[in-house]
Amino acid sequence: MSTSASTSTSTTTSTTTTATTTATAPLDTEARDTPRSRRRGLSPGRRLPATRLIGPALLLALWAAASAAGQLDPGAIPAPWTVVRTAGHLWSAGTLPTDILTSLERAAYGFAIGLTAGVVLALASGLSRVGEALIDGTVNLNRAIPTLGLIPLFILWLGIGEAFKIAIIAIVVYIPIYLNTHAALSGIDSRFVELAEVQGLSRLQFVRKIVVPGALPGFFVGLRLGVTGSWLGLVVLEQINATSGLGYMMFQAQNYGQSDVILVGLLVYGVFGLISDSVVRLIERRVLSWRRTLSS
Amino acid sequence: MAPHTEQLTRPAVQLRSLTRSFEDRTVLDGIDLDIPAGQFVALLGHSGSGKSTLLRAIAGLDHNVAGSGHLTAPERVSVVFQDSRLLPWRRVLDNVLLGTDGQDKGRAALAEVGLKGRERAWPSELSGGEAQRAALARSLVREPELLLADEPFGALDALTRIRMHGLLRQLWQRHQPSVLLVTHDVDEAIVLADRVLVLDSGRIGVDLTIDRPHPRSYRDPLLGEYREQLLAALGVVEDPA
Ligand SMILES: Nc1ncnc2c1ncn2[C@@H]1O[C@H](COP(=O)(O)OP(=O)(O)OP(=O)(O)O)[C@@H](O)[C@H]1O
Ligand SMILES: [Mg+2]
Repeated sequence: MSTSASTSTSTTTSTTTTATTTATAPLDTEARDTPRSRRRGLSPGRRLPATRLIGPALLLALWAAASAAGQLDPGAIPAPWTVVRTAGHLWSAGTLPTDILTSLERAAYGFAIGLTAGVVLALASGLSRVGEALIDGTVNLNRAIPTLGLIPLFILWLGIGEAFKIAIIAIVVYIPIYLNTHAALSGIDSRFVELAEVQGLSRLQFVRKIVVPGALPGFFVGLRLGVTGSWLGLVVLEQINATSGLGYMMFQAQNYGQSDVILVGLLVYGVFGLISDSVVRLIERRVLSWRRTLSS
Repeated sequence: MAPHTEQLTRPAVQLRSLTRSFEDRTVLDGIDLDIPAGQFVALLGHSGSGKSTLLRAIAGLDHNVAGSGHLTAPERVSVVFQDSRLLPWRRVLDNVLLGTDGQDKGRAALAEVGLKGRERAWPSELSGGEAQRAALARSLVREPELLLADEPFGALDALTRIRMHGLLRQLWQRHQPSVLLVTHDVDEAIVLADRVLVLDSGRIGVDLTIDRPHPRSYRDPLLGEYREQLLAALGVVEDPA
């Protein structure tokens, strides 16, 4: 019985294959026109180069067109070229590079600490029951508290300098990295655990060859959320008691009604956010090249 | 136990009153079984009769299962599962070498199963039959004394399955491990094995030595007798029409 079932399966498969082959044969136009020759694909199709930039470019064009047509109040939303000119001034005056550098430094420190903490905690709680008992509930408690609500407390503890800003960014970053990595670690297929036992892997080999690679897709989801989070945290933090940084620059501009300067700040945040996200995606595609998913 | 030519060597697998149960359901109920070194054994039984449970017990994979009895198995045991169970993030050669090393051994094993040149492929790029062959290669690199296979060809189409039978038999002849092959398929058991067991109500109900030369054909009329005997033991009554 099972034999006849599998035979019919194999027949179906071979029919499909034949149909596809004839459809792609260059001369056989008749076969190409037959409606049943190819199924409608459900995957979104081949990836086009730089498609991710089309949306932002369109938005920019719309903005420029509206400004040129005089549809936008230049006091509220200055034209793109005004923003570019202001950026040029701020750059040559030396304040923009300093602000960017300060912000980058904060984001980088906070991100590095958050990344390390997220990964270490996820490994500790994903690989040992004791670790899970100690860590998982605590992190989820931490997650339930709005991180920005911790700012006053952190200022009391760490002073109003750099330390509290970096600490807050680290928290914003570590939570999504921990959650996604931990979920991926605990989701490792038990069949692979069995395989590892059969193949006689040591605990360390098991972690290195099965657990870590298996958890990487989840880790990357967390990493991307973390990267975005570090920029988001920065905007808020630099408007509180900072003396430099992009957020500070925008805060000052608000006091003087310089909407173009605010837009310069937003633009820089946006560009850096986009770049860092692209870098993570690039690394992800490299590292997870074994995956055949919808997006590849 | 049925007499066998290799009686002088110590049996590779020795089970004495092996019992395994889940909650209060006794699945294996005092099994006694000797498998001599180098013997090719097939294990038949109804779905749910405990074939996988027995195989997992011998493989030492049943950590949390209640049971008693005595069990001896060789040092080097390989398991082939129903799914190929290749790690999707390791290339085929790295999958074959999981848990061992020696690039050349891995390449040789892949060549043996007809996958020469596919060393660098990802598992997702293999067909079902190719993936199962890679799994076979993985189990062979370790030069097992005992090869346990739980319906290794269950997911393959009929044609590929026949080809895999030839391959498995060849590999067995070359490497001479003891084999315990769990299958649903009476014909598969008869064509491949030297000895066929039927698991029934937690015990070995039938222990049949198949005394026909290899390679065997599915159409060998003398195998028909064995088939009928086994089908009867499995409670399948063939339509008299
Ligand atoms: N982990 C488990 N927990 C509870 N019951 C189990 C477990 N594993 C197996 N069983 C039960 O033990 C019995 C034997 O299962 P087993 O998988 O050994 O059957 P099988 O002979 O391999 O069947 P099949 O041919 O369908 O694979 C079944 O009734 C099953 O429900
Ligand atoms: Mg089974």
